[in-house]
Amino acid sequence: MPLLSVDGLSVAFPGHAAVREASFSLAAGETLALVGESGCGKSVTAFSVMRLLPPNARVVSGRILLEGADLLALSESEMREVRGAQVSLIQQEPMTSLNPVLSIGLQIAEVIRRHEKLSRKAARARAVELLDLVSIPDAHRRIDDYPHNLSGGMRQRVMIAMAVACRPKLLIADEPTTALDVTTQAQVLDLLDDLRHRLGMAVLLITHDLGVVAQWADRIAVMYAGRIVEQAGIEPFFAAPLHPYSRGLLGARVDVDADEHYSTHRLTEIPGNVGSAAGQAGCSFAPRCPVAQPACRQAVPPLVGLGDERAVACPVTVSSHSSPLLGGEAR
Amino acid sequence: MRMGRRIAATLKRTAVHAGPTVLGIIVLDFLFLQLMPGNAADVMATEAGSATEETVAALRHQFGIDQPVLTQLLNFLGHLAHLDLGFSPRFNTSVADLIMARLPNTLLLMVTALALALVLGIVFGAVMAAWAGRWPDRVLSVIVLLFYSMPGFWVGLMAVVLFSVKLGWLPSDGNETIGADLTGFAMVSDRLAHLVLPALALASFFVAVYARLTRAAMLEVQRQDFMRTAKAKGLHPLLIQLRHALRNALVPVTTVAGMHLGNLLGGAVVVETLFGWPGMGRLTLEAVLGRDYAVLLGVLLLSSFVVIVANVLIDLLHAWLDPRIGSA
Ligand SMILES: Nc1ncnc2c1ncn2[C@@H]1O[C@H](COP(=O)(O)OP(=O)(O)O)[C@@H](O)[C@H]1O
Ligand SMILES: [Mg+2]
Repeated sequence: MPLLSVDGLSVAFPGHAAVREASFSLAAGETLALVGESGCGKSVTAFSVMRLLPPNARVVSGRILLEGADLLALSESEMREVRGAQVSLIQQEPMTSLNPVLSIGLQIAEVIRRHEKLSRKAARARAVELLDLVSIPDAHRRIDDYPHNLSGGMRQRVMIAMAVACRPKLLIADEPTTALDVTTQAQVLDLLDDLRHRLGMAVLLITHDLGVVAQWADRIAVMYAGRIVEQAGIEPFFAAPLHPYSRGLLGARVDVDADEHYSTHRLTEIPGNVGSAAGQAGCSFAPRCPVAQPACRQAVPPLVGLGDERAVACPVTVSSHSSPLLGGEAR
Repeated sequence: MRMGRRIAATLKRTAVHAGPTVLGIIVLDFLFLQLMPGNAADVMATEAGSATEETVAALRHQFGIDQPVLTQLLNFLGHLAHLDLGFSPRFNTSVADLIMARLPNTLLLMVTALALALVLGIVFGAVMAAWAGRWPDRVLSVIVLLFYSMPGFWVGLMAVVLFSVKLGWLPSDGNETIGADLTGFAMVSDRLAHLVLPALALASFFVAVYARLTRAAMLEVQRQDFMRTAKAKGLHPLLIQLRHALRNALVPVTTVAGMHLGNLLGGAVVVETLFGWPGMGRLTLEAVLGRDYAVLLGVLLLSSFVVIVANVLIDLLHAWLDPRIGSA
């Protein structure tokens, strides 16, 4: 049984759908990268798992199973037992995701005391250990600092300390390094990866940076306009992306010097944008797709499993997948 | 440690600003008072009825108001340098004694009103934000709007009519029952009963201001990322609102509270007169009517001092609430 399994999740805001029938799963201890350009529904998916959607959003359908138990069916107070203890969240913006008027020690200790029976003093000692764990120098002195005393990278380390404090089974990291510079970014991701191994957590790593995916993820799920359009292991994916959108993403990066840092090559280099997917029938990617056929504009292509943990939502690709040449055929 | 350093920084900043400000206030007050028609000698002569030119001139000389304005100012400042506020010709005692007899009453009224305004305002505002758009918010919004638009003395008059005249629950005059000679608990509760209505009248407007401000700030905070972080820890919603939201929302509220302290003292003059409260406000009115400039100057000086001290306290509160202040 997978640790987390999201099954046909649809989330809507008044007037538009943000996530449509998204399905993916995560095994214990694994890192799944959820990739897609800005606005495609990555954060909404993450917040759905935490059941922390904005008040105007509504889960239209779907199930979110954590070790087989449907999170969407839990009462609010049962859900509070899950948050922070079994599933925790790191947000994108370290400057705003810590409370500016509370010391970082208090902010770390409060999650520990929420889920474990510890005295104030013991929780504080644990907070110091956690700051140590995330490599904040001088942890026993830093613990009384306020967020404004820390740099962006340090704040994100504090967020990580807070998120792993109760040894969750699943850590959702929503673009944890997008706001950081490249060096800090690598350090923070190394830290996350190290902690994942030491604490045996699974990580849902949300990003729009394929360089990050290649280096730190086990598997990838590609999202486009609220749908998962491809799922694959990292090696098969980078060897031969199947969905035309995935191929576009990779095409936008492989023709550049391989030594250069990946993050400079963003997804937006595919012509058109997600906005052109709004309110049309059929495959959302069809308007930008180089291999689109009339049938693509008729019905939404389902995500078809191709064995070997691989799945793709593109009839054109699926029909030609029997051909062993497929990998080499990309543009 | 960190906290101590921040408090020290706040105090130093205030001291540097306050000194020149107070001196400026004194000189300006002194010069403005010269513009008022009439003086203590005239008023006393008029009250006495049959006064001759000579007696008036003698009074003027005795009060020192026959000298040039600049000399008077320098005299006043000279005395002030020795912490001497001068002598009141009208009340025939030293100004310092007069004021010190009244100051505690005014401070009591002000502090009570401010505390009441902050507590009620913050509670109302937090409740309004928690039920935004639903009936508790609407009902409170109407009440708050009434408080906001009605002058304090009017609220006070209405409260007197209701609670003193109709219901007879609370006294409406003075700060204690005269001649009752109470002690211990009876005295405290008697004082408190006298305090309720004037404090409410003085606080009403500020309750409205703080309630609206708290409501807006609380709603604003809900959208912040750190609120989602707090929820993602599994904390109870009440704890999240009190510890994470309210702490942030209080920062703008205390800022505005600090700016309103002067108004609060001004409002005290009206409320003290209305309720016969023996404070500095009433003393001020009596001094103005009697053209007793010595008392008036003393009151003005003390008032600015009270406002400055209160501002320091608010600044300290502010520095405690918001760690970003005073650390830069
Ligand atoms: N609070 C909100 N109100 C209305 N629409 C929203 C809100 N938050 C997100 N959306 C919409 O949901 C879609 C997905 O957003 P999001 O999940 O934040 O994208 P991203 O993949 O960049 O994280 C977008 O189209 C966005 O406009
Ligand atoms: Mg996002």
